Amino acid sequence: MSNIVNAMYNIRQFDELARRDSLIHRMHPLAKLLATLVYTVLLVSYDKYATIALLPFVFFPVYVAAAAKIPLEPLLKRLLYIEPMIVGIGLLNPLFDHGTVVVLGYAISSGWLIFLSIFLKGTLAVTSALLLIATTGMDGVALSLRKLMVPKIFVLQMMLTYRYISVLLEEAARTVQAYDLRAFSSQRLKREVWGPLLGQILIRTMDRAQRIYDAMCLRGFSGEYCIGKAARPGWKDIIYVMTWGVLSAAFRGINLPLWLGNLLTGAGK
Amino acid sequence: MSHHITEGKDLFYAYPDGHQAVNGISFRIHHGESVGIIGANGAGKSTLLMLLTGILMPANGEVIIGEVRLNKDNMAMIRQRLGMVFQNPDDQLFMTTVHDDVAFGPRNLKIDEPQVEQRVVSALEQVGILHLKDRAPFHLSAGEKRAAAIASVLSLMPDILILDEPTSSLDPKSRRRLMKILGGFEHTKIITSHDLDMVLDICQRVIVMKDGQAIADGPAKGVLTNKVLMEEAGLEMPLSLQGCPVCGGEKT
Repeated sequence: MSNIVNAMYNIRQFDELARRDSLIHRMHPLAKLLATLVYTVLLVSYDKYATIALLPFVFFPVYVAAAAKIPLEPLLKRLLYIEPMIVGIGLLNPLFDHGTVVVLGYAISSGWLIFLSIFLKGTLAVTSALLLIATTGMDGVALSLRKLMVPKIFVLQMMLTYRYISVLLEEAARTVQAYDLRAFSSQRLKREVWGPLLGQILIRTMDRAQRIYDAMCLRGFSGEYCIGKAARPGWKDIIYVMTWGVLSAAFRGINLPLWLGNLLTGAGK
Repeated sequence: MSHHITEGKDLFYAYPDGHQAVNGISFRIHHGESVGIIGANGAGKSTLLMLLTGILMPANGEVIIGEVRLNKDNMAMIRQRLGMVFQNPDDQLFMTTVHDDVAFGPRNLKIDEPQVEQRVVSALEQVGILHLKDRAPFHLSAGEKRAAAIASVLSLMPDILILDEPTSSLDPKSRRRLMKILGGFEHTKIITSHDLDMVLDICQRVIVMKDGQAIADGPAKGVLTNKVLMEEAGLEMPLSLQGCPVCGGEKT
């Protein structure tokens, strides 16, 4: 029960974070989306063995989190939910790839190196996406996607799915609470009630979703999720996108850690 | 506000499980009237409201709003004139801020954003919660949520306000405040409720429903003081009209 309530709290916490006021929050949603997109595309464009070269890409999420004053705890919690998936994707490499590569003079298993690369890329990409939502909100992201000519059906699907998660969690919390209050003997849900409870939650959620949809239709909803119009991007927004675009491209073009290492050790001379 | 009527002509509706929720009801509500629709649980009140708003279509009979018969083709146009406040405000408030919820309707009408802003501020001022505009709906109290739900339909500038159990789950102070807000509206009001004291206070006219039919339709005080009629409908007279619970003395 408390897990469901926590999940509801977490979803709403990101909505609340998006309503804060900071330098990043005041940026145009489109600028934030574009900066994140450019960053992510350049990040994942590295070859499969890239690890140390990825390190400068830490700057972007660190800067956004610091400038937007996003607390680390909710961010890391969300990241932890995703990490098993990233690890799952990367973990097959050490099992099947038994080759070796030489890094900084050391022979390392190429499978593990690919795993580390996937882990770093995945973690950084997910963190930047979470920061985008935490500083822009789903409405802002949807608005920007429409500006980028993403078909409205996809944006609508994304927004309704996001809303449906809250409805599902609320109904699940009520159903499980009703069960808990009458299941005196056991703390956990018994296996035999999983089916009926899931069915109940599904039916109740569909009913609730229907009522919400009715309420939307009564207020003129006709298939397009109208979020309003953001002001036109200003020069600050353009500079923001350009800066992070150029920096990300520079990080991608120059192996900064290698260059710094050579500079400090004199190895390049 | 245009002068118009809201009319139900011989309405019938049965749910797919065969339950005949509305069973041949007819009424005509004039511009500016406040009408209470009362009845026991399962009498068909909420179904009737859904028929009036086109959420459900009658199996027989017709709904007429402002001399226009409601059908699928003109539903969008007619719904602009109706503002329905649901029984559970959580069904109505789904955006991330009160402001966006109130702006949802006007934005769907493709109104310019400065005008949307004007409507939002005006609607929130009417229900006295302008200071809550940037709050998340789920953080509001039940009374504030109800006010926000009403503001979300007022921003559409409807001619007719339809409210399903507006005072349910409100504490006495919030209930009194809501009644004051509703009393101040000049809209045509159609209110279903079990709160008969509120109905007596707000509505000039009352329709009593039983088994999907109207068993009485008349001035609020006359209907609500008819003890036999109230009991037949599975109701009781409003508390304010009942005798003293301590001494048993009759209300004078």
